[in-house]
Amino acid sequence: MAIRHRISRREFCRVGAGAAATAAFPLPAFAQSAARVVVIGGGFGGVSCARALKQIDPKLQVTLVEPNKTFIACPFSNNVIAGLRSIEEQQFDYDKIAAGGVTVVAQAATAIDAAARTVGLADGTSLGYDRLVLSPGVDLRFDALQGYDEAAAAKMPHAWKAGEQTLLLRKQLEAMDDGGLVVIAAPANPFRCPPGPYERACLIAYYLKTKKPRSKLIILDAKDTFSKQRLFQNAWKELYPGMVEWVSLSQGGKVNAVDPATNTLITDFGNHTAKVANVIPPQRAGRIATIAGATDRTGWCAIDPVTFESKSAPNIHVIGDACIAGGMPKSAFSANAQAKTCARAIATLLSGGSPAAPKLINTCYSLAAPDYGISIAGVYQPKNGLLADVEGAGGVSPLEAPRDVRAREADYAQSWFATITAEVFG
Amino acid sequence: MKALRVAIALAAVAVWYQPSLAASDPPPGAASCSGCHPAGATASPISRLYGRDAADIVKAMAGFRDGSLPATVMNRIAKGFTDDESRAIAVWLAAQN
Repeated sequence: MAIRHRISRREFCRVGAGAAATAAFPLPAFAQSAARVVVIGGGFGGVSCARALKQIDPKLQVTLVEPNKTFIACPFSNNVIAGLRSIEEQQFDYDKIAAGGVTVVAQAATAIDAAARTVGLADGTSLGYDRLVLSPGVDLRFDALQGYDEAAAAKMPHAWKAGEQTLLLRKQLEAMDDGGLVVIAAPANPFRCPPGPYERACLIAYYLKTKKPRSKLIILDAKDTFSKQRLFQNAWKELYPGMVEWVSLSQGGKVNAVDPATNTLITDFGNHTAKVANVIPPQRAGRIATIAGATDRTGWCAIDPVTFESKSAPNIHVIGDACIAGGMPKSAFSANAQAKTCARAIATLLSGGSPAAPKLINTCYSLAAPDYGISIAGVYQPKNGLLADVEGAGGVSPLEAPRDVRAREADYAQSWFATITAEVFG
Repeated sequence: MKALRVAIALAAVAVWYQPSLAASDPPPGAASCSGCHPAGATASPISRLYGRDAADIVKAMAGFRDGSLPATVMNRIAKGFTDDESRAIAVWLAAQN
């Protein structure tokens, strides 16, 4: 690079002409200054991507747009619901991200002009970009279940975004008398954290067994199968006999409507009136993805599996829960792995190169009890325009395993959370 | 003509701008490891891989793959990588600090 200072303007143009002839097109739209990348969303995906971009190329101008000052992590928030963990242990701030050279803008992104390559912010200002990364997570669909809107969530918490809702569900469980009925309504695929509702059932059952042993828990499910199904079902039988009941779609488990006034969940097969009702509604990509023109009719974002660039909005990349990542589940681990791959691809694209096909890994732990961990893992690579499972790899923990193996996986789950949050926010 | 020269100059900057990606580019799969394996020294029960001997990592991956090395989850992950891919990942991990 030092050579740049030693050549005259005339030579600059001559050298430039030669270089231009061999440069890969299309070229990025930046000139004298470093390329600008804006990342929207300060969760596992967005923060990982912003930091990775800065690490890969410190000259990049990287801006992270996130209105909240504190991030509250969803993984392990089921432990908070069960009274096994404090919400403070879920909280992280953005100080280290700013210290690492990423510009953190505490504003909500409200508009995107893909043609002009600008992001409009809530305060009326705007940011220009060469590449934009969307990591907006999910929006809960308050139009999907009749009667379940934001006001209903204050009575029948979803607790599917960690924070107030997590604490509300915990408070309701604590206030419930022994012998009460807890109902969890689980949505159809796809949704954030596929094993999450079933881990939640386990940990709530753990709380009930310890504190309110005459109580019952029913899962009303809009699916006939779910993640780590046999492992969870074995754990319910082994750890919480007679306490947990799963009602599948074909058994009438799909909740169509709710009545928050009476805490009633309504299915085609009948009504369930709960003492505590946890309604996890259907979801879609965070709204800014739709504003950007990056969502398809499913409400999620189709992406190129090599670069994570949107299939409908050029120069806009989508990572994490909001994207359609083929076999990869919507997990914090996936978001982090996708973020690092996407950052690498963006740096390569900005320098005129073409990114190589990646491989990505996901590992998701769930706790059936504090000392009983189970996992699902997968390895993925681009195939037919999607991220497909590498055949022969991945899968779930063994169905039969001694308790010390479950205990070790529970330790690994804790360790995973410490490691990934240190990498992302530390 | 001036416009052309500006365009050429811009292209030249774009080419010069290229950061030294090649030296540090992680091979396919390698960037995912740090999701579980800590980058720094910690009390984690999951081992740190950065700076480890590449041959040890290759051997472990082969052992996880053929089942000769007991594991909870690495047996499932290792099966997603060939010997060559494992070697490339191991060399890259060994070079990190």
